[in-house]
Amino acid sequence: MSDDRVVIVGASVSGLTVAETAREEGHTGEIVLVGDETRIPYDRPPLSKQLLSGEWEAERLTLRDQAALDGLGLDLRLGTRARSADAEARTVTLDDGSVLDYGTLVIATGVVPNRLPDGHGLRGVHVLHDIEDALRLREALRSAQRLVVVGAGFLGAEVAAVARKLGLTVTLVDPLPQPLVGALGETVGAMLADVHREHGVDVRCGVAVRALVGDGGAVCGVALDDGTQVPADTVLVAVGSRPAVQWLEGSGVPLGRRGADGCDGVLCDGRGMALPGVYAVGDVAAWWDARAGRRHRVEHRLTAAEQARIVGRGLVRPTAQVEPPVPFFWSDQYDLKLQVFGLPAPSHDFHLLSGSLAERRFVAAYAADGVVQAVVGCNMARQLRSWRPAVASATPVGEVLRTAVSA
Amino acid sequence: MKIEIDEEKCCGAGQCVMAAPEVFDQREEDGLVLVLDAAPPQSQYEAVRQAAKLCPTAVIRVAEDD
Ligand SMILES: Cc1cc2nc3c(=O)[nH]c(=O)nc-3n(C[C@H](O)[C@H](O)[C@H](O)COP(=O)(O)OP(=O)(O)OC[C@H]3O[C@@H](n4cnc5c(N)ncnc54)[C@H](O)[C@@H]3O)c2cc1C
Ligand code: SF4
Repeated sequence: MSDDRVVIVGASVSGLTVAETAREEGHTGEIVLVGDETRIPYDRPPLSKQLLSGEWEAERLTLRDQAALDGLGLDLRLGTRARSADAEARTVTLDDGSVLDYGTLVIATGVVPNRLPDGHGLRGVHVLHDIEDALRLREALRSAQRLVVVGAGFLGAEVAAVARKLGLTVTLVDPLPQPLVGALGETVGAMLADVHREHGVDVRCGVAVRALVGDGGAVCGVALDDGTQVPADTVLVAVGSRPAVQWLEGSGVPLGRRGADGCDGVLCDGRGMALPGVYAVGDVAAWWDARAGRRHRVEHRLTAAEQARIVGRGLVRPTAQVEPPVPFFWSDQYDLKLQVFGLPAPSHDFHLLSGSLAERRFVAAYAADGVVQAVVGCNMARQLRSWRPAVASATPVGEVLRTAVSA
Repeated sequence: MKIEIDEEKCCGAGQCVMAAPEVFDQREEDGLVLVLDAAPPQSQYEAVRQAAKLCPTAVIRVAEDD
């Protein structure tokens, strides 16, 4: 029978980590790991960094070598997509037509990149989510001259930086007033705009894209709302992503809607449980965050692994103590290493704790209602870490500022 | 036990330092990992294994002597 079979859908960092942790904790039962990509699981952050720049080859991104994967004793089904699930009957249907019964279902399907309403059929228009996208974009950048990046979030900003290093003419476009303003707020956003301009990027923030313009089936420019048109032979559309939950429509698994529920994705409690026997981890999952008093999704590499470890352990030791993860994110742009603990928002108050923005070496606290929500470091990783407990324990910002002055 | 690191992969997350502060530190300049003790005493083994697991970019390789 398959009552104790664990089916994990999504074979990237979070899905694999659930399986690995369950084995480490002593789970000996059947584990099926289903993933629609054909390559063995790999790491995504280098896609927009070392892989794109050509510093690393694809093999370097592999999360576990074949021997380590084999050692886990999984029923690994790569190149296979889950088409639907039925939470009542406890089954998952795969695209090869097979139906898997499960005792436990773990949803680890991540996100899919958003696209513009039109223009993605043109040659030279890219998105960046998986390794094939990255290799295609890398190949294109070799012969490209003019790149327009639509969307100045982390992904877009990192790609702009890599493309400048490769010598391309780069324009970075975003309707928001500064790069990364949604993630890091105005102050750091303005600094990053300066950094990109100093490196020769044409930063066009505060203006939206009207359309991608084609000529003979290939992209030749990007028309902006201010009436200008930026010439381009290559365009990266990096306008965020949405949870990969289409296969769960009608399954009975609770899915959030941004407006009504405050967030999208699979709605979970503070241990990743969506329903008895159904869990979600990583980018697709909206865990209850007791610290923030709400559910939210976190699209960060470390959080994906941390959630996966909690769920993997829980499969074996359901009562194990759970410490809510503190989100961590990093981004490399030129010689800047940005790091973030917690979840900063543009509405937060910005407090410099150490260093200076002018020198591009600082640690800052982001606060709401007088309480530290996040700390952000730029080229000060070691110092930043010492402020992590302030986020973990929701310390009053006044206390943190006093410590900073006396430090 | 012997610890090897692939420094180029390090993103300076500091997870290793939090897990095994007696074995790992981060460089002041760039936050990259510093191994304080590449052949740590047995009392540190569990913490080091934990660090290797927690590292988000799989920088730390642990060779167990058996
Ligand atoms: C280019 C890029 C750069 C990034 N840089 C950083 C960074 O610098 N720092 C950071 O913290 N984070 C970064 N991230 C985010 C980080 O990679 C993610 O948080 C992490 O990959 C999440 O892991 P996951 O396993 O939840 O989802 P994913 O890695 O998205 O994996 C989901 C997997 O499920 C598969 N799948 C989807 N639907 C189905 C289905 N129906 N059936 C079967 N399989 C399915 C997908 O193909 C995929 O393989 C970056 C992401 C990208 C794309
Ligand atoms: S946890 Fe890994 S990435 Fe982070 S500082 Fe340590 S070695 Fe580097």
